[in-house]
This record gives sequence, structure tokens and C-alpha cells, in this order.
Amino acid sequence: MSRLTEAEAVETAASRKYKYGFTTNIEYEEFPRGLNEDIVREISRRKDEPEWLLEFRLKAYRQWCEMEEPEWPNLHYTKPDYNNIVYYSSPKEKPKLNSLDEVDPDILDTYNKLGIPLEEQKMLANVAVDAVFDSVSVATTFKAKLAEAGVIFCSISEAVKEYPELVKQYMGSVIPANDNYFAALNSAVFSDGSFCFVPKGVKCPMELSTYFRINNPDSGQFERTLIIAEEGAEVSYLEGCTAPMFDTNQLHAAVVELVALDDANIKYSTVQNWYPGDENGKGGIYNFVTKRGICKGERSKISWTQVETGSAITWKYPSVILKGDYSTGEFYSVALTNDFQQADTGTKMIHLGKNTRSTIISKGISAGKSQNSYRGLVKIGKKAHGSRNYSVCDSMLIGSECGAHTFPFIESGNSTSSVEHEATTSKIGEDQIFYLQQRGLDEEEAISLIINGFCKEVFKELPLEFAVEATKLLSIKLEGSVG
Amino acid sequence: MLKIIDLHAKVEGEDIEILKGINLEIGKGEVHAVMGPNGSGKSTLAKVVAGHPAYEVTSGQILFDGEDVLEMEPEERALAGLFLAFQYPVEVPGVSNAMLIRQSVNNVRKARGQEEFDPLEFEDYIADKLKLVEMDNKFLDRSVNAGFSGGEKKRNEILQLAAMEPRLSLLDETDSGLDIDALRIVSEGINSLRGTENSFMVVTHYQRILNYIKPDFVHVLMGGRIVKSGGSELALELENQGYDWLVKETFVNGEAK
Repeated sequence: MSRLTEAEAVETAASRKYKYGFTTNIEYEEFPRGLNEDIVREISRRKDEPEWLLEFRLKAYRQWCEMEEPEWPNLHYTKPDYNNIVYYSSPKEKPKLNSLDEVDPDILDTYNKLGIPLEEQKMLANVAVDAVFDSVSVATTFKAKLAEAGVIFCSISEAVKEYPELVKQYMGSVIPANDNYFAALNSAVFSDGSFCFVPKGVKCPMELSTYFRINNPDSGQFERTLIIAEEGAEVSYLEGCTAPMFDTNQLHAAVVELVALDDANIKYSTVQNWYPGDENGKGGIYNFVTKRGICKGERSKISWTQVETGSAITWKYPSVILKGDYSTGEFYSVALTNDFQQADTGTKMIHLGKNTRSTIISKGISAGKSQNSYRGLVKIGKKAHGSRNYSVCDSMLIGSECGAHTFPFIESGNSTSSVEHEATTSKIGEDQIFYLQQRGLDEEEAISLIINGFCKEVFKELPLEFAVEATKLLSIKLEGSVG
Repeated sequence: MLKIIDLHAKVEGEDIEILKGINLEIGKGEVHAVMGPNGSGKSTLAKVVAGHPAYEVTSGQILFDGEDVLEMEPEERALAGLFLAFQYPVEVPGVSNAMLIRQSVNNVRKARGQEEFDPLEFEDYIADKLKLVEMDNKFLDRSVNAGFSGGEKKRNEILQLAAMEPRLSLLDETDSGLDIDALRIVSEGINSLRGTENSFMVVTHYQRILNYIKPDFVHVLMGGRIVKSGGSELALELENQGYDWLVKETFVNGEAK
């Protein structure tokens, strides 16, 4: 009796629009489709890059040509036609921007629609933003304030020009170009991204943030992020992503590398809301991302927190190499799939140093006809004596047509370490919803409360304003999927 | 206040009728006990009034202050002042009691056109209610019903009842699974909430709870119908004689008279 009628259900589903699905009319610099060595050279030329970087790209391209797109994930999709993608897409504008006044007002308007704190007045929010529009970094706020503290935060293109030694030293040091198919592709054609360097002993005075947006229907986005925290340095980095709605599948293949030296602490948070395709599974972003951090120094710590709600296909395993003794790796994840979305996501914790610790908390929520897989590896090396891992993988199913899968792999190389793994699967039940409705909550409030409870351990790791956004996002995504 | 007219209901998607023509009227300030053997439809009656989706009303009417309850969503019924204390309270892991109760209370206040409580105002408000069920503050930080003992779950139901200030409370076997101390606490809590404006329907197997909560009326439900109604003395009669004599009086060849 409390059920929605079918007509109402259809209406609810139809009204659940992807809020970020607008496009912005901007002229793009023309660039041919397809990929070959000339394209790689042209990208490098347009970006006025040094010879070593062109070599880096070409080597990656040649390796990519030899590689096969991976078949092992629990994902079913039509492989992208790599020769029909535009590998460089840049809003036609003055190449060098010094302040926000110089950014195309249409782009600024887009960011305002997205609610990104790009303007200086948002200083109060204490967030510095690097916004990457299609391929090019549009503006980085608060550069001056960060510079005062000694923190470098700029686009990777700028870093290549201004701090070539740092980029050369660290780029590809955590994720080699030939690490995997998509990392190799990114290494060959990456267009822009963010660079952050926090020097010894400095605690970054504000949260750093990047917002990625794909606007051009035919372009892929291949950004690259590199974050280095020197001895005792601390930084918290947030990343958000949206894209307009197109019928075609767009490719997003990013690479993120983190380096933490002795006693350094890097916290990397993502709220991913790329366009997931429509309710029939048409369109949507292919999100093929390689993220890895290395705890190079002793007592260093890297923490990944991700809230993955978007994309048609997600293939992503933010990982930590625990090289320094007493270092700590953490992975907190909420992955939500609805309609025809598919996600194969998880983490790798590679324990190499002594007394290293890792924690994995993964919460998968599947609704509609979606498939949600957790895939994880905990590897304890021979010399990683006294190391410990604790993993929890919880899945929640909404409705009866979706699937939840877990693929945990554990390799323990010594006898003084311990690995714990817990897993549960639950279903949002009619009884749970009715109970909350009886307490005066409507169905949507009830679902949102249940989901929040389920994800609590992950949400508490997010910076406050992100936690609020993530909570809202999950509610919007699940509207009309129970009942 | 509540008027049930010739109510028929069955389990959604099945053919077996559970309620076969219930007539019941509950007035302001009254306490009604609904008793009956297992499977008589007592709990179903409470759940149908609250709008549980597992049941389908096939005919009849339920009016609450003249409003057609069957047209209302469960949360609309709740906000109109209908409260169901569950026989088996549901667990909601990760959601604190305080979070749920505050949202409930604020939704009720909104519906009544009152200002919502901020967290500090809520803390003061809930402190008094906690005393009613003899629970301390820590209780609010725990996840809703998760890992609660049977007695704690039932006390939590009464805490929520007290917080939401309903006008009609349906207590679905609130006494089952309670030890004698918990039964006393729960009953005293309920008694202190009795007033001239709010009413109770106490669904129970046993007369025991009725020693603490004195009903104005007692109804016996059997085979989906109310077969006998009376004053509180009827409960004692049932306690002494069981339901058998009523079965004999009511049924001939397995069919109700």
C-alpha cells in the first residue's frame, strides 16, 4: 500500500536528472583524432615541453602499442576506439593566465554552476583549487598564499617549466609508464593535471583541491597528478569530477602518484561523479585510473578516501607501497553503482618495510542492474616483519537485479605479520524502511539514513564539506531505486 | 479518535485472509487491550493500522480523526500522531539513536508547524524522556537497536514513543521477552505518558502487562475477528481460563458463529 505505482516510479526515475549534465559553448583549438607518434610529438610541441619529457612520452607510447587492454576485471563493455579519440582538447584562449579575470567567463560560469569555490572570496573556505577543463588547467587559486608557506601547487605543465628537476625526479617513479595499459596511454598523451610539492616540515595551510571536467564530447581526459611531501610535511588533497551528458562513452585515464618521505602525511580524497550513462546504460564515462602512493620514508602515512558514484565503468585501485619501516597505508572507499553501472575497484597494500600497517574499509552499494566488485591485494613481503593489515569489505544490495562481488587476494611472506579480513553482505529491507517511515521519515530520508549509517566509517575520513556533499550525492543517486 | 470499520486484510501477494472484518473504536484518552491466541491477527491489526507494506487491505475503512488512514503513507500516519511500538524493533547499523530520534522529533515538529530543535535544544528535550525509561545518555550514541538486548530494544521503542508524543500508540507485544524489571520500567514509562488527549492500543498475549497498564477495554481477537469485548475484568477471566472457553463459545465446526 505504501508502494509507488509504476507510473510514479517511472516519473521519479525520469526526474532524477544528472545535475551536472550541461555543456559549455567554448571554442576549442582544433586537434586531429587518433593516436600515433606524430600526435604524441604534437601534444608535446603545443605544450612547449623539454626533450626529456617528449622522450618519456614516446617511450610510453611504444610500450602501450605492445600492450593489451586488460581482460581480467569483472567488467563488460565495448572497448574504446583509440583511433577515434581527440587526445588534446584545450579551450581556445590566451595560453598563459595570471589571474581569474583572464579566464573565459563561460568557463567560470561552468565552475559556478558546479559549485566549485574558484573565486578568491572562497578564501574563507580555505580551499585552493586547480581546475582542469577537458585537458588544460584553467586557473589555480591562492598560489601566493601557498607560496608564502613554501608549498608549490600548480598545473603539471607549469611545473614542467618552473620545477623541471622535481618533475623529472618523481614523475613515473611510483607508476612506471609501462605499469599497465591505461597508465602507459596516459604517460604518452597526458595533457595536464596538478602538481603539489610540500617541503620539509611544512604543514600545508589549506586543503588543496582539483576539479576535473570533461566538456568536449570527443575528447578523452588524461590528467596526471603528482604530489610530493618531504620529511615531516603534511597535505590534504581533494579531487572532484563531473562531465556533461553525451550518448557516446568518453574515456578518462588518469594517473596519480604520491610520494611521502620520512614522517610525511598525505591524505587524498576523491568524490567521483562522472556521468554514469542514462538509465538504459547508454553513454557515460569510462573511468580507467591508476593511483598509487609510496610511503618511502619511515613512519610516513598515505591515506586514500574515495566516494565513487559516477562513471559507466570504473576500474580503479588506489594503492600504497609501504616501503619505509613503521609506515601506514589506508584505503577508505564507498562505491555506489546504479542502473547499468559497473565498478571493479579496490586497493593494493604492498608491505615491504618492517612493522608497517594498513587498513582497508570498503563499502559497496549496488542498485538497479549494476555490478559492483571489490578487488584487493594485501601483500606482506618477506622482510616486512611485524606488519599488520585489517580489511573490511561490506556490500549492500538494493533490489534483486544487481550484483556484489569481492575478490580479496592475500599473500603473506613471513610469520610475524598478521592479516585480518572481514566481509558482510546485507540488503536494504522493506522492514528497515518501514521502521523508519513509522518514525516519521519519508522513504528517501529513510534510505539516506540507512546508507549514511552503512558508509559512516568512510565518510568520517572525508573533510567536512566533502562529507556533506558525498552524503547528498548518494541520496540523489539512489532516488527511486528502492520500493 | 480511531475508527476501524469492517476491516479485511491479507498478506500482500497471497490469498489467505488474516483480518476478516474488524470493527473497533478507540476514543480519546482510552486504553484498549487487544488479546488473543497466537495467529489470531493481533499483530497484523497493529501493523495494518500503521501501514506495513507486507499487508494489503482488501476492504473496510480505518479513520483517524475522521481522516482516511488507508490513503496515507506510513510516515504521514506517523506524523499525524500514530505510533507503532514494534514487536521486533529493526536494527539500523551506523545510525545513532540520537540522530534518528532527532530527525523523527523534528519531522513531527515540522508537521505541527513548530520550530525544529537545534542539537542543544534536542539534548535538553531528550534528557527528560530518557529518565522515563531509566536509560543514560550513552544510549543515544549507540546505533539504533544494533547489539541491544531484548529489553533495551523495547525500552528504546518507548523512548521514541515518548519523544514523538503520538496521540495514539499501538504497542505490539511490547511485553514479550521482557524480564520483570524491564516490564515494570516499560509499563511505568507508558503510564506516565497516559493523558486525556492520547490513547493506547496494547496488543498482548498475556494479562501480565495489564497488571501494570490498566485497560479501559479488553477485546479478544480470534480467527481475524473480535469475538468478545469487555472491561478490564475480561483480561483476568482469560488469564484464569485461557482462550478455550471462548473458542467453544465462538466457533461451531471450525467456523465463527
